[in-house]
Amino acid sequence: MLNLSLQSLSSNLEKKTFSSLELSKFYLQRIKHHNPSLNAFITIDEEKSLLMASKADELIAKGKKLPLTGIPIAQKDIFCSQGWTTTCGSKMLENFIAPYDATVIEKFNEVGAVNIGKTNMDEFAMGSSNETSYFGAVKNPWNLDLVPGGSSGGSAAVIAARLAPGATGTDTGGSIRQPASLCGFTGLKPTYGLVSRYGMIAFASSLDQAGPMAISAEDCSLMMNVMTGHDRRDSTSIERDKEDYGSKLNGSIKGLKIGIPKEFFGEGLDSSVQKVIDCAIDEYKKLGAEIIEISLPNNHLAIPVYYVIAPAEASSNLSRYDGVRYGFRTKEYDDLMDMYFKTRQEGFGEEVKRRILIGTYVLSAGYYDAYYLKAQKIRRLISEDFTKVFKKCDVIMGPSAPSVAFKAGEKQEDPLAMYMQDIYTISTNLAGLPAMSIPAGFVNHLPVGLQLIGNYFSEANLLNIAHSFQKNTDWHLQSAKGFE
Amino acid sequence: MDWDIVIGIETHVQLKTKSKQFSGASIAYGNEPNSQACLVSLAYPGVLPVLNNESVNCAIKLGLAINAKIAPRSIFARKNYFYPDLPKGYQISQMELPIVGPGYLSINANGKNKNIRILRAHLEEDAGKSSHGISQDKTGIDLNRAGTPLLEIVTEPDMSSAEEAVTYAKKLHELVQWIDICDGNMQEGSFRCDVNVSVKKKGTDELGTRREIKNLNSFKFIKQAVDYEVNWQIETLEDGGKIDQATILFNPETGETKAMRSKEEANDYRYFPDPDLLPLLVSQEKIDEIKKSMPKLPDEVQESFQKELGLSEYDASEITANSEVTKYFLALVESKVNPKLSANWILGNLYSRLNEEGIDINKSPIDTKRLAELIKRIEDSTISNNAAKEVFDFIWDKSSVTVDEAIEELGLKQISDSGEIDNLVDEVLKNNQPMVEEYLSGKEKAFNALIGQIMKASKGKANPSQVSELLKQKISK
Amino acid sequence: MTISKKDIEKIAYLARINISQGEAEKLEKKLDGIMSLIDKMQSIDTDNIQPMSHALDISQPLRKDEVTDYDLRKKILPLAPETEESLFIVPQVIE
Repeated sequence: MLNLSLQSLSSNLEKKTFSSLELSKFYLQRIKHHNPSLNAFITIDEEKSLLMASKADELIAKGKKLPLTGIPIAQKDIFCSQGWTTTCGSKMLENFIAPYDATVIEKFNEVGAVNIGKTNMDEFAMGSSNETSYFGAVKNPWNLDLVPGGSSGGSAAVIAARLAPGATGTDTGGSIRQPASLCGFTGLKPTYGLVSRYGMIAFASSLDQAGPMAISAEDCSLMMNVMTGHDRRDSTSIERDKEDYGSKLNGSIKGLKIGIPKEFFGEGLDSSVQKVIDCAIDEYKKLGAEIIEISLPNNHLAIPVYYVIAPAEASSNLSRYDGVRYGFRTKEYDDLMDMYFKTRQEGFGEEVKRRILIGTYVLSAGYYDAYYLKAQKIRRLISEDFTKVFKKCDVIMGPSAPSVAFKAGEKQEDPLAMYMQDIYTISTNLAGLPAMSIPAGFVNHLPVGLQLIGNYFSEANLLNIAHSFQKNTDWHLQSAKGFE
Repeated sequence: MDWDIVIGIETHVQLKTKSKQFSGASIAYGNEPNSQACLVSLAYPGVLPVLNNESVNCAIKLGLAINAKIAPRSIFARKNYFYPDLPKGYQISQMELPIVGPGYLSINANGKNKNIRILRAHLEEDAGKSSHGISQDKTGIDLNRAGTPLLEIVTEPDMSSAEEAVTYAKKLHELVQWIDICDGNMQEGSFRCDVNVSVKKKGTDELGTRREIKNLNSFKFIKQAVDYEVNWQIETLEDGGKIDQATILFNPETGETKAMRSKEEANDYRYFPDPDLLPLLVSQEKIDEIKKSMPKLPDEVQESFQKELGLSEYDASEITANSEVTKYFLALVESKVNPKLSANWILGNLYSRLNEEGIDINKSPIDTKRLAELIKRIEDSTISNNAAKEVFDFIWDKSSVTVDEAIEELGLKQISDSGEIDNLVDEVLKNNQPMVEEYLSGKEKAFNALIGQIMKASKGKANPSQVSELLKQKISK
Repeated sequence: MTISKKDIEKIAYLARINISQGEAEKLEKKLDGIMSLIDKMQSIDTDNIQPMSHALDISQPLRKDEVTDYDLRKKILPLAPETEESLFIVPQVIE
């Protein structure tokens, strides 16, 4: 059952080689065995998962099987799941049992997928190493001393350690792609608005987007078919005809124009990572692609802009955690003010508080124009860079992260160094474009991810471009020692 | 020293929708606490706002009614502050680019028409309610009202007396009910005014510092609060004091205004465009469609009442001051009774009786059908005007009695039989010979006295015009 | 631009977050670093550029005015830190 693609898991379930119950038990067993060393899950609920598996088996027996029916999926703990504790990695929501399902969860439930557990994450998705979680850091399966990346670090460790065949993530500035790079698997951040944000606990609303994390591009396409779709409960959800994200797989990429932005290969990029990326691009050349040098002149401003916009939105989004209606409330307080101040001091972790303060600052009277408005204007410049470039090329390629996985604790005291982890991923969130990270090779036995950035709504193409690479390489099939 | 008073008003109008501004919870008034608090009203993690179409329609209607430009593109923003009845920690409102741009409302102040400029109107959401004293040292939060659709209508500082402020507020209050976007219930908070007051030395251009009186929910309070505030400001300045900008509350029990304890300078609302809500686009087609569906506005209707139905300016304006009254009046006109007579009856007997008993016209015990019948009986001379008043009082609390039955029962039917009147006239002429002489010698007054005598003899039932005609004929013979 | 202690006090008040004396100094340094990163924006000329609030240039959808949500008290009141007679309870609010 291990290492099978979602497609073959699905046909095995259909042929009744094994049942969903057997498959789920198998993965729960692996989780029980490996989770203590990885800390990839915040909540595991065997009873609930197995109940879903039995229901899936009933559907299969009735001949009502859909592609993901009966398949265990690990859900990032940012998605509200009815009856499940949904913490968002925060003490603030430590005991919060969601009374409703996020649209993403609802969609997986509708097709009869099995929720195999809620994965660990940086608190409120703020972080690039999964060290800001209130529930402890997640370890990288390739080397337990290293970080898995973040914020979807739990889901990343789950895929890398094969604790589930698929997992969900969310990406505000790189939170799917950077951990996919650091843990060696395939992750996709779709076009903003393609996957509903309803029930996905907000970090920065104009940037947040959920996406699939799995071994291969083909697996991601199956998950995309479930996750996407217009949702009337999310005003920023896009109304589009339903698309089959696997429809373009196996198409030829001869003549594909790949844009290589020179800004992605400058200072800050680890030279051995660059070598791996160069090799991967050479592989594409062999497959008949054409390489074009391009420029994204404002990319260096993406991080400054992001660290204005994301904290600004977050500072407002996180005001609802006030200890009044749900969640954590401090034990002792003198009056209302005291209750607010202590609840939020004790309920939020350091990084979250820092970002709330930055966000409050850039929006406050006298600073709004110089920071928030300025950032929004440069956001447009960054976005327009992409519009120009996509007139010349079909896809942009480069590294997903500047380095391989780093040591736990290494950047914890240095927020700026940590923020640089997202230097290649953030601009696509600002523009709302789809982007992927796929395994491209190794540096010192640690995985390196190649980033693919596409034009709006080009996910099916992007998945095929990734799939073409994966048909000709086996980087994505390699698994970490001890988790084979 | 003489002072100019400068007043601007911000009105929060609760829109007449079924559901909340950004969610599908009911906005009904008076239900059990938190029974209408949906996940969006509660600001649960992960929930998102979706704007109510009907609120947008209401805003467009208001815009059209005040001759304003409807913004083809408007933006929602977050106003950030902490308060236990504000679940998200921010209120969704509109800051830059509100849906309704500049317009005006004309009021009649001291017999002169004056345009009060309206700066803007924007959509926003209400907060919940805090109830104090639940138990000692505690406040209870009810979020049933949280998220209720509001339209905030902001004037320029164009009013210069408490009377003008009240006239404006009344006119706006009638207008929002007329175009059916608000139920107008001030007690339940559906129409609340924040009134900005400042004073400046007469003739100078320099504006004084303004203080804002919050949440006035009756016209009486507006009058009292502004009067008190104006006096306070003038006295303070004349005593050499200084006015600080402040948010103040009016205490109806003492009739005084008082600054709120919370410090104004501590507020920094950090407005920014709500990333959960995209720009609101309103097409010209939508505006045209709504325009078509709208009733004629009070001022237009007043004009047509004067021109087409011959009402006096006063009557027409009184009738059109309230949409329910207009509806009542139009129902009468539709049943083909005399418009002037109808207006007289509404503004006279009906009004005073309704006022006496504190009943709204749409709940009048004498409905339009019965009043129309009554007026018809005056028109066809079955009863006199005075007799009609008796009938009116008689049927007021007898809903099952028809006008004709009442006339019958009270024995008020006019004598229109010419033979009978003939006899009456003859008798009176015979018994009042001296009066006849007086008339014939040129004293016109005597004629009326004679008619009086005849009416008296008929116990008021004779048709006065018939009597007068007959009398004329007989005397001159 | 550097963030002063006074600025931090002000924003911490606006954000309703208590900051202990020990935290304040560490925080000041880190926020200063972040602000200097952010200040790289200031060298860019952004005159005549429209601010961008959303990734996609689409307009707001509207919801039909109907009541679709009903009494949730059984579900939500047990999740609250303190309730009484269906009300959420907080320390007394003084106006």
